[in-house]
Amino acid sequence: MTAPLHEPTAEAAPSAAEEAAVATAGAKAVQGRSLGRIAWERLKRDKLALSGGVIVLLLILVALFAPLIASAYGQDPDAYHESLIDPLFSTPKGSLGGISGEHWLGVEPVNGRDIFARVLYGARISLLVGFLSAIVAVVLGTILGILAGFFGGWVDSVISRVMDGLLAFPQLLFIIALVSVMPNDMLGLTGSSVRVFVMILVIGFFGWPYIGRVVRGQTLSMREREYVEAARSLGAGRFYILFKELLPNLVAPIIVYTTMMIPTNILTEAALSFLGVGVKPPTSSWGQMLSTAIDYYDSDPMYMIVPGVAIFITVLAFNLFGDGVRDALDPKGSR
Amino acid sequence: MGHRKTSGGPRSCGGPLAVLAYLIRRLFAAAVMLVVIILVVFCIFFLVPKWAGVDIASSFVGKQADPASVAAVREKLGLSDPIFVQVWHFFKGIFVGRTYSAGGDITHCAAPCFGYSFRTEQDVWPVLTDRFPVTLGLALGAAVLWLVFGVAAGVLSALKRGSLWDRGAMVIALGGVSLPIYFTGLLSLAIFSYGLGWIDGKYVPLTESFTGWLGGMILPWVTLAFLYAAMYARITRATMLEILGEDYIRTARAKGLKEQVVISKHAMRSTMTPILTMLGMDLGALIGGAILTETTFSLPGLGQAVLNAIKTQDLPIILGVTLITSLAVLIANLVVDVLYAVIDPRVRLA
Repeated sequence: MTAPLHEPTAEAAPSAAEEAAVATAGAKAVQGRSLGRIAWERLKRDKLALSGGVIVLLLILVALFAPLIASAYGQDPDAYHESLIDPLFSTPKGSLGGISGEHWLGVEPVNGRDIFARVLYGARISLLVGFLSAIVAVVLGTILGILAGFFGGWVDSVISRVMDGLLAFPQLLFIIALVSVMPNDMLGLTGSSVRVFVMILVIGFFGWPYIGRVVRGQTLSMREREYVEAARSLGAGRFYILFKELLPNLVAPIIVYTTMMIPTNILTEAALSFLGVGVKPPTSSWGQMLSTAIDYYDSDPMYMIVPGVAIFITVLAFNLFGDGVRDALDPKGSR
Repeated sequence: MGHRKTSGGPRSCGGPLAVLAYLIRRLFAAAVMLVVIILVVFCIFFLVPKWAGVDIASSFVGKQADPASVAAVREKLGLSDPIFVQVWHFFKGIFVGRTYSAGGDITHCAAPCFGYSFRTEQDVWPVLTDRFPVTLGLALGAAVLWLVFGVAAGVLSALKRGSLWDRGAMVIALGGVSLPIYFTGLLSLAIFSYGLGWIDGKYVPLTESFTGWLGGMILPWVTLAFLYAAMYARITRATMLEILGEDYIRTARAKGLKEQVVISKHAMRSTMTPILTMLGMDLGALIGGAILTETTFSLPGLGQAVLNAIKTQDLPIILGVTLITSLAVLIANLVVDVLYAVIDPRVRLA
């Protein structure tokens, strides 16, 4: 056994009043309710989590339809508007970073590209990397965690040591190092898509131990339960028990950790792009906009505020939603 | 959580001998880990480029170099040796120093030799020792701030659960964990350094001027601590709430202990366990992960060194910083493990 693990423990179980409300609701509906149903009913009452969820949904739509929205708005994210730039200071003319009816959030210093259009396109990179790297982490973490917990013995030892090792690594440094040694062209991809692909893999790879650890612990405690015993005595094979008996019971913690992992991944992507090892220009990304904004924090503060606020809103929405999902699915609250 | 309880149990917890055995086990694990990290780092920096078809020697010399000088560099730095030989030379260099030679061109790298940067024509070790104090100062200063404020806010929130203070603190904390450091850093620079002119914001070494050093570090400390304090407040609150519901707290109260004693003696001790784990991991990771803060505030620390090295493909520097950082993470975790055994006797048996 290793040092005790710190798992984000369940926060605030519902208060006594809420508990009573659940109890009366349960009494009214005589037929049993599924876990999903109970969770959804709790989530519906959590206004903060719901508003987070709505913002997340909106952001996904924005990312999906960014080109449509940009063309309706009438600005190309890569078009230069040098006429709007003050030649002396290379910052936008006018107040507040060149905000106007045509450029809602102003234009970039030096080349005058439209900030609103670039923020729209930046959402695509952030969400794409955030979601896909979480999926990589979940798939790896679930498979390896379930194997470690179920088989025990040397399988468990090897997988647990690898997880400990990965968690003890200075992750950001390794991610930067790995992303920077990857070639510029691979598997038929070029330019920014290589970087996006590599970021998804690397961030996902460093994320799986968090999920793997939880899944392992849950599997460990569940494999001795009576229902598994029952399945075994009925002659169920190992893989039947793994995938039909254990996996459905792991869905709740997996969902919780996935929703909490996405905002972290979005921040990591932004950090990588901020450090210049993420997507390459001219592809726009919020982190990259912030890294160019360093040079203008005094002369054109709007340029740093817009992508910064975009990251903040996105991550906050995911965090609110994730907290709500966790509270809703927390088995402790249902007792 | 589940497996900790099963390993604890009602057995007696052993004396100093058990602690010693535990320590030796952790030390051994840390040593193994360090060797693994060195191997992994070598693989990342020397094998991945090879698979990707990038020649390391020519990337050191530059793109326009003639084949002869590329070959000379390859021979001098031993880049054509098998990977295990290179790892061995590297290990040996750390303890006895190392001499690079090709023809008449000889460079000696003195005993703790962490490699030789061909690009900047200097040993890696002095670069590390130059940069380390800056990063260490940043990490330690911020850690003190975030521990004090984060844990205090979390405990208060848990004790006054549902109050205005609790809600307010948790909203701020949620905002804090959602804000990237390079954004809050830039904002604070724009406001306090440029806008109000209170702080100069330039880094001054501690050896030159204490007040200058404080002035340069205060903004990085506060912005970094804000981010972490938010996380610590959330975790402290959650842990404290869980622990206040435990039976032994009820027992302590039933014995007639003062609430103050119940909280500070009984509840705090258990609350500190997960906080310590986090502190160990975070402090260790910060030694390397301060890259973002150092870039935002242009602090000449390890993070900045490694970022510059990445931009110029200066592998020896990246390798050196990664190793030092990994070492810092390991040491931090080791210290935490030891503190653990002191705080929570159940751990010694695990």
